[in-house]
Amino acid sequence: MNIAVCIKQVPDSDKVTIDRETNRLNRTGVPSVINPFDENAIELGLQLKDKYGGKVTVITMGPPQAEQALRDCIAVGADDAYLITDRKFAGADTWATSYTLSLAVQKAGNFDVVLFGKQAIDGDTAQVGPGVAYFMDIPVITYVKEAEKTDKGFKVKRVTEEGYQVWEVDGQAAFTVVKEANTMRLPSLKGKMRAKSATITTWGADDIGVEEEKIGLKGSPTIVRKVFSPPIKTNRETIQNEDPKQSVKELLGKLKERKLI
Amino acid sequence: MEYFLTDEQKMIVELSRKITDELIIPERARLDQEEIFPTEILKKIAEADLYGLYIPEAYGGFGGGVMDFILAVEEFSRGCIGVSVSFAANALGIYPVLAFGTEEQKQKYLPAIAAGTKQAAFGLTEANAGSDAGGVQTTAELKGDYYILNGTKQWITNGGEADTYTVIAMTDKAKGARGASAFIVEKGTEGFTFGKKEDKLGIRASATRELVFQDCKVPKANLLGKEGMGFIVAMKNLDHSRPGIAAQGVGLAQGAMEAAIKYSRERVQFGKPISAFQANQHKIANMATEIEAARCLLYATARTIDAGIKDFSMESAMCKLYATDVANKVANEALQIFGGYGYMREYPVEKMFRDAKILQIYEGTNEIQRNVIALDAIKKSAKQDK
Ligand SMILES: Cc1cc2nc3c(=O)[nH]c(=O)nc-3n(C[C@H](O)[C@H](O)[C@H](O)COP(=O)(O)OP(=O)(O)OC[C@H]3O[C@@H](n4cnc5c(N)ncnc54)[C@H](O)[C@@H]3O)c2cc1C
Ligand SMILES: Cc1cc2nc3c(=O)[nH]c(=O)nc-3n(C[C@H](O)[C@H](O)[C@H](O)COP(=O)(O)OP(=O)(O)OC[C@H]3O[C@@H](n4cnc5c(N)ncnc54)[C@H](O)[C@@H]3O)c2cc1C
Repeated sequence: MNIAVCIKQVPDSDKVTIDRETNRLNRTGVPSVINPFDENAIELGLQLKDKYGGKVTVITMGPPQAEQALRDCIAVGADDAYLITDRKFAGADTWATSYTLSLAVQKAGNFDVVLFGKQAIDGDTAQVGPGVAYFMDIPVITYVKEAEKTDKGFKVKRVTEEGYQVWEVDGQAAFTVVKEANTMRLPSLKGKMRAKSATITTWGADDIGVEEEKIGLKGSPTIVRKVFSPPIKTNRETIQNEDPKQSVKELLGKLKERKLI
Repeated sequence: MEYFLTDEQKMIVELSRKITDELIIPERARLDQEEIFPTEILKKIAEADLYGLYIPEAYGGFGGGVMDFILAVEEFSRGCIGVSVSFAANALGIYPVLAFGTEEQKQKYLPAIAAGTKQAAFGLTEANAGSDAGGVQTTAELKGDYYILNGTKQWITNGGEADTYTVIAMTDKAKGARGASAFIVEKGTEGFTFGKKEDKLGIRASATRELVFQDCKVPKANLLGKEGMGFIVAMKNLDHSRPGIAAQGVGLAQGAMEAAIKYSRERVQFGKPISAFQANQHKIANMATEIEAARCLLYATARTIDAGIKDFSMESAMCKLYATDVANKVANEALQIFGGYGYMREYPVEKMFRDAKILQIYEGTNEIQRNVIALDAIKKSAKQDK
């Protein structure tokens, strides 16, 4: 199985501090990490490879230092890595990012599946996965928890607020992967050694054949009108057990815990 | 301090630190309280390729030496020496095969340990043979194609959990120490059973059990080296493994000191963080200095062994003695900095204080280490006079 995983390098949110004077985030000197949700996409990719064989290719669009995130992926078991970097990409919104990435993915190989994290913890839009799928003209399933191969394509479990849905998709597909899916494995010593010496293919705008007006700031139609926090949805919890008696017991326990009964 | 680690050694430290921070530290209190053997953590350590650090590449290992191994042990020990001893006892159990085994024995036993799919243990101590290892009473009698083992080994780390055991037994009692031999005994061998798990003061995540041999039939091919070499095997093995115990001491001390310094910055008394009091500062200064000194001695010893120097009994005894004495002192002082809170289970120093004690006892008590060092020093002096 030929698997692509798109990953983004983000500032390590645990290490971001706030400047007491200006109340702004201190971004300089903050170490960068693989976007936490992308770890779930990588792990799903590695599990598919463990099960069906094949190759995991990681791709990121970002500044030259994003190379480290790619090496970290190799340390846990990714086979190939592509860094898509060019000053011309600067200022890209999700539309331009998706366009650019879609060309890079198509050039990097013919993939059975393209995986994404649920969202990036800095941008948080959750648009790039579906965006890339749109430009590649392939189906996308969001919030995927489990995936397995079928004769023609894939069968996946997709998390919803009520529980989960099971979807089947034929042919090439894109999935965005949720945190509940897994925990990324630890790197191995052999992986780390491979990561250190691995060649990372670096492509600029000309290498992937973009139309100039569709990339970077120029290719970014988004205008931010307003930034606000959406109303908080009350926490919903589903209690589900084989034995309904157990569910009742748990429910009563929770009600008692909150001193409601 | 710049220890001139290679890039690969830095990777070993980085990886082991990650495992310690993410897997060992969050679990250590539970493993300790419920006396749970850390099977899951050991599995992760194996998946990270760290089981075979000291095993040659030809047998599926990393091909490193004592230095590579102790770097991992030191890091794990910063989290929990109950876990790190369960890891390190594999080296103690399998090194005799590495050093004295035939090519066939190596092919048969090393790859599974290197991969971490099997565990190993070393059985020397008996009820009446502790410091005086010459008092071993377990016997091995050759009958046809088998040695028949009878006797009981006591307090064996990884006992019951391990698959491969190196066991010292007497093949010729009349010859005393020269009548001992070393055997590889596999779990599941007829006549080989285990006693109950010991209830211990510390390192409660580790498993300590009796090995019981009742007419246990060990194939002749499992003799290590020659008959009569048992004590050489045991002593060489212990010389080689003592830096691992020193690494446990350095790691434990480092963890205790870090916890104490952090706490001293947060705890306020008399309107000041307690780190402002010179009494506490001097404790911190002593801890930091002695830990670094122990580490220097440990790394220098590990490198001496890896350089192929033949006789390193004295160096190995010195690093074990010093680092484990430092560990006990530091655990004690760290707990003192915590005051009453340190005596409570919610802080990790309580466990470190209990755990540290074993380091002065196993793999030869610190009194025995002093005997070794002194005798060696006296011998050298006598040689010079000649
Ligand atoms: C209105 C707007 C304006 C912006 N303007 C700028 C700007 O001027 N300058 C600027 O630098 N940034 C800008 N950004 C940020 C940039 O567009 C986003 O960081 C980027 O498009 C990814 O979006 P996201 O962070 O929301 O990722 P999401 O859509 O939340 O990410 C989902 C998944 O897509 C994949 N993915 C996301 N980004 C990448 C990537 N770069 N490479 C590979 N895979 C990826 C990952 O798998 C990720 O988990 C802007 C964003 C918005 C919304
Ligand atoms: C948790 C645990 C795990 C262990 N794991 C293993 C294992 O995996 N494999 C294994 O083979 N053994 C193992 N041991 C055994 C351990 O190595 C012995 O306990 C140790 O060697 C000391 O022997 P002893 O307990 O019989 O003490 P003793 O020999 O009875 O000593 C009692 C005291 O007298 C002192 N003493 C004795 N002789 C002298 C002397 N000549 N000069 C000065 N002082 C002396 C000692 O230092 C000590 O203070 C383990 C023990 C424990 C507690």
